[in-house]
Amino acid sequence: MDATLASIVAAAAPLVYAAIGETITERAGVVNLSLDGSILLAAMTGFAAAYTTNSVIAGFVAAALVGMAVALLVAWSGIALKLNQIAVGFILTILAADLAGFLGDSFNRLPGPTVTARPIPVLENIPVVGQALFDQNISVYGSLLLIVGAAWFLARSRGGLELSAVGERPEAAHSRGIVVNRYRYLATAAGGALVGISGAAFSLDQKAGWAEGSTAGFGWIALAIVIFGGWQPLRVALGCYLFGGLQVVALRLQPVFPGLSQVLPAIPFPLMILSLVIVNSPSIRKLAARAPRIGRLLIPDPPGALGTNFATD
Amino acid sequence: MTLRIDQISKRFGPVQANDAISLEVQPGALHAVLGENGAGKSTLMKILSGFQDADSGSVTLDGAAVSLGDPKAAIASGIGMLHQDPLVVLPFTAIQNFILGTDIDRAEARRLIVETGQRLGFDLDPDRVARTMSVGERQQLEIVRLLSLGVKVLILDEPTSGISTGQRELLFAALRTLASEGLIVLFVSHKLEEVLDLCRSVTVIRRGTVVGERPLPCPPEALVEMMFGEIVTGTTHATGGHGTPLLRVANLHVTGRRQTISDVNLLVDAGEVLGVAGLEGSGQGPLLRALAGLDQTTEGTINLDESDLTNRGHRSFMAAGVHFLPAGRLEEGLFPDLTIAEHLELALGDKTVDWGRADERAKSAIERLSIKGAPNDPVEGLSGGNQQRVLLAMMPERVRLLLMEHPTRGLDIESADVVWTQLLERRTEGTAIVFVSADLDELVSASDRIAVCFDGRILDIVDANTVDANQLGSLIGGQVTA
Amino acid sequence: MKRAALAGGASLLVASILLIVSGTNPIEATGVLISGSFGTSDKIADTIMAWAPLALAAAGLVVTFSAGLWNIGVEGQVIAGAITATAVARSMGGPGWIVMAVALLAGFVGGAFWGVLAGLLRTRGGVNEIFGGLGLGFVAQAFATYLVIGPWKREGIASTSGTDLFREDVWLPTVGGTRLSLAPVVVTIGVLWWVAWILKSTRFGLELRAVGKNLASARLVGIRSEPVMLGAFVIGGGTAGLAGAFVTMGIQHKLVPAVAGGRGFLAILVVLLAAFAPRWIAPVALFFAAISVGSSQLNLRLDLDSSLGGVLQGVVVLAAVLVAGWQLQRKINRQEEVR
Repeated sequence: MDATLASIVAAAAPLVYAAIGETITERAGVVNLSLDGSILLAAMTGFAAAYTTNSVIAGFVAAALVGMAVALLVAWSGIALKLNQIAVGFILTILAADLAGFLGDSFNRLPGPTVTARPIPVLENIPVVGQALFDQNISVYGSLLLIVGAAWFLARSRGGLELSAVGERPEAAHSRGIVVNRYRYLATAAGGALVGISGAAFSLDQKAGWAEGSTAGFGWIALAIVIFGGWQPLRVALGCYLFGGLQVVALRLQPVFPGLSQVLPAIPFPLMILSLVIVNSPSIRKLAARAPRIGRLLIPDPPGALGTNFATD
Repeated sequence: MTLRIDQISKRFGPVQANDAISLEVQPGALHAVLGENGAGKSTLMKILSGFQDADSGSVTLDGAAVSLGDPKAAIASGIGMLHQDPLVVLPFTAIQNFILGTDIDRAEARRLIVETGQRLGFDLDPDRVARTMSVGERQQLEIVRLLSLGVKVLILDEPTSGISTGQRELLFAALRTLASEGLIVLFVSHKLEEVLDLCRSVTVIRRGTVVGERPLPCPPEALVEMMFGEIVTGTTHATGGHGTPLLRVANLHVTGRRQTISDVNLLVDAGEVLGVAGLEGSGQGPLLRALAGLDQTTEGTINLDESDLTNRGHRSFMAAGVHFLPAGRLEEGLFPDLTIAEHLELALGDKTVDWGRADERAKSAIERLSIKGAPNDPVEGLSGGNQQRVLLAMMPERVRLLLMEHPTRGLDIESADVVWTQLLERRTEGTAIVFVSADLDELVSASDRIAVCFDGRILDIVDANTVDANQLGSLIGGQVTA
Repeated sequence: MKRAALAGGASLLVASILLIVSGTNPIEATGVLISGSFGTSDKIADTIMAWAPLALAAAGLVVTFSAGLWNIGVEGQVIAGAITATAVARSMGGPGWIVMAVALLAGFVGGAFWGVLAGLLRTRGGVNEIFGGLGLGFVAQAFATYLVIGPWKREGIASTSGTDLFREDVWLPTVGGTRLSLAPVVVTIGVLWWVAWILKSTRFGLELRAVGKNLASARLVGIRSEPVMLGAFVIGGGTAGLAGAFVTMGIQHKLVPAVAGGRGFLAILVVLLAAFAPRWIAPVALFFAAISVGSSQLNLRLDLDSSLGGVLQGVVVLAAVLVAGWQLQRKINRQEEVR
């Protein structure tokens, strides 16, 4: 049981990076549809960098930069060029995936450096959660810290408050002197960097090495989990661990149900669709209005200004 | 702490929203800014509070220049605005909304919300989520917040639409307190009654310029005349009305997004023209949309030609011969990028599309209505007047009831003439026309009768030929005269 | 024209840089691409066979885009069509040509059904068609995989490389000893013409475009938006399903889980580059198909990864979109200054 929990936490770590990164971006009002391609490109770049420099850190940094660059391109075309974020994000997700395949050709299936395991003595012996939380490597520790950090940032810090206001009601933020578009760029850069780190977490840890299309589909899953998690870091993380759990279970059941791991990626989506239908159903909304606390728990409300462009005149 | 507004001008494309507006307000004033929709008062307030920059002119507060075009700078200079839809972030608590964008810590914010709130008679809960607050409570929160930021001028933009009477009383009491403490309160509204109730002086704005200033109280007719221009009555025209009742509305109650209208009882004859007058927001909008079947009614009935159309949906109303001409034109009525011919084909064509026939139809409409454009021109590129003519051309041949919102708003005289010539032609075929307008000349000269809306009700229906200017003005201002 | 030149120039520049960085001569690479797609009659056949499903799916997407809908679920609709076509091909007896015709029809129906599901999620469930479509796409993919390694698996081996091959008389007939079959070409040309006709000359097409431009105005002229949107999904999903059926019946001759293979998404790129105009679909799709087919030669002859083809396609579209946006902004800024 302990070992299973530990492998779930480890398997979900890259997804956590991507989903929380996108949560931050979307809370500021920007949709980064290029997620799937970005993760691939970052995974490849991260591996290539780590391979050539023999430094895992270099790999993570390179991946973060790539993720940030792609995300900023989406934000820039929406803010400066007033283009449709969805259209540009979509084009980039395909382009980035193909770039990853092309540029990563020479690194295909090479063995490379991976993140070293760093168990924490004493703490790792705590029953049940000890192994899961303290017998991991830096990448996984990072993901755990990220969850806590992002949750705290968005809920309790000034910066997080301002960021949420920017995505929820930019006019209100603007009236209080907050520079809306600057926040959007920052949030996109940060979110994009995290998406990049997610790629490195795949190619330098969970799915060690690079192969064309190795992380395909995870970006879309991350997007779904953001919605399912109601744009709240803790719930998003829960979604990631649920998915990680499904992955691990599927692996264990592989001998019994051979095709399960193939069917697996499809599962988050019906759940997400279900949650979206619930949001919009008038009878559920009435229920939620009567019991606000439960309502907030059940109904994920997207940031009010998600996907829109904001102009100061 | 005198507020001096000097020659503020602002143009949006062809429209001069503010034309060299100058104004001076003393500390402790409860000063109203009155004007109809489109008069320019909102633009002026946005400029004052930093949400809009001005083309020219200046604003000084106590001699110090106020930097325009940035909301935060305006607040730093001491000018704050309470928006009609208070700019609060709905998922945040009161405290979170309060501290957003400031350095104030939570404990301090809590103290300020409670203490200042109490001083003004508000009962604010710092931990309440904004979404669960009523509009009135959100306003109270914003006022407390602006005060804590040290504003000396508080602008309120149409604050009383959407709040209860009780909250309005609370608000007014608080504003009186603030004025007595030396604050300048600028109360922007089109609601005469409230302006007369709360304020001590008023500036009236019409078509972008200051038309007059008065101390209050003063006779409402005088204000109406300033807002709408001189009322010319007594012009006669052939009275319509074939005597056969066409539209029967009984006990109608409609709830629109911002306004409601209740207890509406109307009887309109075939061939009759009924004008609907009233201050903006008195309920005319929901009334017209309900008569078109676009909005649901919660109570009452609508009968056309003896058949009950209540809540049957817009398509049934259309089938019964009702046609709605919206004010928005490009927002609602026309399609960007589609051509004149395509618009007419959509409105008037049948199951199969024949572009040859559509082209002919467009050409004849262009000629009939003197539209400056070709059949394949996209309507976006046409002027407002020509767009309105296209909307007119989209009317079906047989219309029993024609509903129009501000049919000649923003049009040049020539286009307005074309519109009314076309419309009055229809009435000879038995079409009844019900239209909303803020142009009193138009109301008086085109209507047989005028229904005046006020505060969500029809106050009275008068004969357009015999109504007297004072009577009409009083009615619009909310007072029924004997 | 200037816009096309700018976009084309930008893409060429980026592509050349990428090639040089990976140690290849851009001119040589272009030569390989061209000969790889048009060099021999076999290659031309392959290019045309790649063009047909791409143009089909793109034609359907023009319809959904005209209604203001982002039909990202197109991949799922391709798969749905492939599945239904396979079902018919495997189970229906009788003369080959009847089975083929029914299979193709089934492909259209399957794709249309999958499209309508996404449409209903939007009109009844309020679910944005992007996420609804995406979700349905994943579900379709999973279902196809399940079928291939489960109920329809090959004798003794459960492999994701596909089902057993269909019986030979339901393989789409080819011409001239090449892999080219006429049915997809003829049908695609027909569909392209059909879509253009719908949009331009039918009441439905006019209402569709009206709904896409302004929903409020559409209501005022009496248009009911739900049937119009669902109708758009029937056409969009159906043509995508038909594309999937053609790939299955004409190229792969079995059900492969990767039957969509990014074709649906590529079709979206085609439509974006063609600026939503039906008359540009055929040439743009041909351009993209040539790159896709030609790029497989890049691997063989120049030891370059065939994804380069995808990179080229993506860069061209991105450049076109960015240049268009940039030019529009410049125009708006200049207008502001004049005022």
